[in-house]
Amino acid sequence: MTALALPVPPPATLRRRASDLLYTRRGLLLMALLAPPLLWFGVIYLGSLFALLANAFFRLDDFTGQVVREVGFGNFVALLEAANLDAARRSVAMAIAVTLACTGLALPLAYYMARHARGTQKALLYIAVMLPLWSSYLVRLYAWKLLLAKEGAISWVAERLHATWVLDAVLSVPLIGGPSLSFSTLGTFIVFVYMWLPFMVLPVMAAIERIPASTLEASADLGARPARTLRHVILPLALPGIAAGSIFTFSLTLGDYIIPQVIGDSTLFIGQVVYRQQGVAGNLPFAAAFSLVPIVVIGIYLWLAKRQGAFDAL
Amino acid sequence: MTTAVTLDHVSCVFGQGAQAVRAVDSVDLTIDAGEFFTLLGPSGSGKTTCLRMIGGFTLPTAGRVLIGGDDVTLRPPYARPVNTVFQDYALFPHMSIRDNVAYPLMVRKVARAERERRAEELLALVQLPGVGDRRPAQLSGGQRQRVALARALVSEPQLLLLDEPLGALDLKLREQMQSELKALQRRLGITFLFITHDQHEALSMSDRIGVFNAGRLEQVGTPHQVYDTPATHFVAQFVGAANVLAGDAARRLTGHARAMLRPERIRLGAPAGARASGTVAEAQYFGAFTRVKVDVAGTTLQADLASGPGHPAPEPGHAAHLHWDEGAVHALQPA
Amino acid sequence: MRSEAGFGLRAAAWGVVLFMHVPMAMIVLYAFSAEDKSYVFPPPALTTQWFGVAWGRDDVWAAIELSFSVAVWSTAIALLLGTLAAAALARAKFFGRDVISLLLILPIALPGIVTGIALRSAYHTLEIPFSFWTIVIGHATFCVVVVFNNAVARLRRLSPNLIEASMDLGADGFQTVRYVVLPQLGSALLAGALLAFALSFDEVIVTTFTAGQQTTLPIWMLQELIRPRQRPVTNVVAVVIVALTFIPIVLAYTLTRSDEPAHR
Repeated sequence: MTALALPVPPPATLRRRASDLLYTRRGLLLMALLAPPLLWFGVIYLGSLFALLANAFFRLDDFTGQVVREVGFGNFVALLEAANLDAARRSVAMAIAVTLACTGLALPLAYYMARHARGTQKALLYIAVMLPLWSSYLVRLYAWKLLLAKEGAISWVAERLHATWVLDAVLSVPLIGGPSLSFSTLGTFIVFVYMWLPFMVLPVMAAIERIPASTLEASADLGARPARTLRHVILPLALPGIAAGSIFTFSLTLGDYIIPQVIGDSTLFIGQVVYRQQGVAGNLPFAAAFSLVPIVVIGIYLWLAKRQGAFDAL
Repeated sequence: MTTAVTLDHVSCVFGQGAQAVRAVDSVDLTIDAGEFFTLLGPSGSGKTTCLRMIGGFTLPTAGRVLIGGDDVTLRPPYARPVNTVFQDYALFPHMSIRDNVAYPLMVRKVARAERERRAEELLALVQLPGVGDRRPAQLSGGQRQRVALARALVSEPQLLLLDEPLGALDLKLREQMQSELKALQRRLGITFLFITHDQHEALSMSDRIGVFNAGRLEQVGTPHQVYDTPATHFVAQFVGAANVLAGDAARRLTGHARAMLRPERIRLGAPAGARASGTVAEAQYFGAFTRVKVDVAGTTLQADLASGPGHPAPEPGHAAHLHWDEGAVHALQPA
Repeated sequence: MRSEAGFGLRAAAWGVVLFMHVPMAMIVLYAFSAEDKSYVFPPPALTTQWFGVAWGRDDVWAAIELSFSVAVWSTAIALLLGTLAAAALARAKFFGRDVISLLLILPIALPGIVTGIALRSAYHTLEIPFSFWTIVIGHATFCVVVVFNNAVARLRRLSPNLIEASMDLGADGFQTVRYVVLPQLGSALLAGALLAFALSFDEVIVTTFTAGQQTTLPIWMLQELIRPRQRPVTNVVAVVIVALTFIPIVLAYTLTRSDEPAHR
């Protein structure tokens, strides 16, 4: 082979020495990589959360409109007022209802996708489920505003089916009805379900896919009819997936204030209270305190979900 | 002869306290320049860790590593005159073959025309002219292995490390590559440090072999030395089949406390002058030879007998009279 | 359970799919509706005139510009922080590694309202006035995890031998990053950037807490939802938003399809 003129030894540049140092001291490399993100998250994100927590204990001076930085529990006492408790209860009830509805709707689709769809059809269905996630949240909300409007598509369909009286009857039910579908709790419920459904379908489908076909065959083989197999075999095994999906549906519903504001009637949800208090009312400390409520509720829910194996199914 | 590599009391311990694993336990090793040296041993015996310490990918926890006389113990791989052929070839998938081979020259700022010329030279050397423009994914396993070899040689390293490079190849290809590698090494005169768990490979290719077991170097010697005069029970068993005798049987049959007798050195013969007599327990036909297990003197001896016309196959249950030469027995160190 | 599903199951499954898609189809239909005072269905006539009207609306353009700049800056910051974090966490095992992963996910895992009001509290306490940067800080924070996930997935697929081989052949750490690691990471980072961009462009909840008087496109949309000004223009903008956020996401998906565990 022809001789080669290689630079020998390699020049001891700053870059070379830095590289040597980082190679032999792996800890140093790790710190160098982690410093910027940790600084950002530590200072900005954790710092903000700390500011939130601190503000929850401060109070607003009614006279000056300024935040008084003294630790007190006034906000938490105020949380127990009827109106606020109502908002909290309403939000939790809605979150649970939405989760149940999403589960009910997701199960047939997830089961079909996991066990019956093949090849192109399966890929198509998968994209069909992902597609809404890729579209803008507000636009999807707006779409329902159009559908639910008094003069919108749903009313038109009801008219065609001569079922307008059904619509009116439903709307006059006190707790869930309202002036029109697009200003009612029922409407809010429908929109929530629509929004978060993909979040439930995906983990449930993954969980059902993991059930070996032999298990279902064994169940049928041992004499169980489909409904029984569903109840005793499929549902329990799909539960981690349902729990995982429910984390999304529950916490997303609990914290959302836009959908109730756009579609709902004048009853308030947690998110709306928080938003109004920090904005228009200028009562940041109370808003901060109130926002701790969903955090606590979600924390409890996450703990319950973890016990059901949700984190393994994510 | 100058020394290419020295390992001086080198240890590598992973983990802490009770769970610490002594992957390499105080190994001393000297490899001469221009040698084809093989590190042989089962998985987990420490041979790969040793190679990685020489290459610079793992740092030893004790001892020194010297290459060409320089203490390189703590130096990163790029500062050592060593190149490696990895077990999975580690070709850069996003570069062409030519750019892969030219990589060592590129990072040393050699001009493009020069380094491409050299890359083509090396590709011709490993008998792969004309694949320069393709991507690694388009080549077969054997071809990728040659490219990895070319890439490791292009910058003319003092020492080439080969980490079980033939493991992924099928038998025919592996045998072909064995002779090609040996020929290449002779031609280039570079020191090759070869790792394998296959004792046949080690025996056929090496100038010297280092046998590893559980982090320790049990024997270093030429293939003949390692095969004919193994230093320990483990080496005797690992390199080739062996009858290892201990206790009463050893004393009765060989006169030593512990001894080794290779199966191919045992012959069947007449009862007169037999070293041991017994009954055939099992006979397995392997084409070139028949492996016969004989129960004798309280133990079972394995004999590999030539088969074919003129050599009647022994039947289980029959009597067998075993003969061997005095020099066929090798005394082993007591455990 | 062979491939033939009962009619009931199939009907239910496709019914749910329909439920998920009819609304969006409506949006597209309404963008061409000639009716300008209400959401009447079916639309009396179809026209493309509103596209022209929307084009002329300055407030829409201002909102698009603001959203775009915020998204670009947030993506840039997220790319930097996310890649660094991924490089640190992809393979190293050290105390606190899971905690850091959790910390990166938290901004997206906690309800937007919590992140929003936390930032609001911080700005208020430190007396920082609302500005372009208050928005960017919020967006960058929850975009980091998107880049991080993509980078980690790709780094985990990167054979460590490649880095060792590069160093073995003479390239120091920095050269290895430049010639081997970054090219391998390239498409994953691009995908992460596209997703981060789409996420930032579309985000509304945290933005409402950190924007003050400024109007990003989602905020504009929200205001229209509550107090419609010119319904047809809103319809048109809705379709435009869908296109603008949809395309980057589809691109990102095609770029990283091979990184998904192969079970589809």
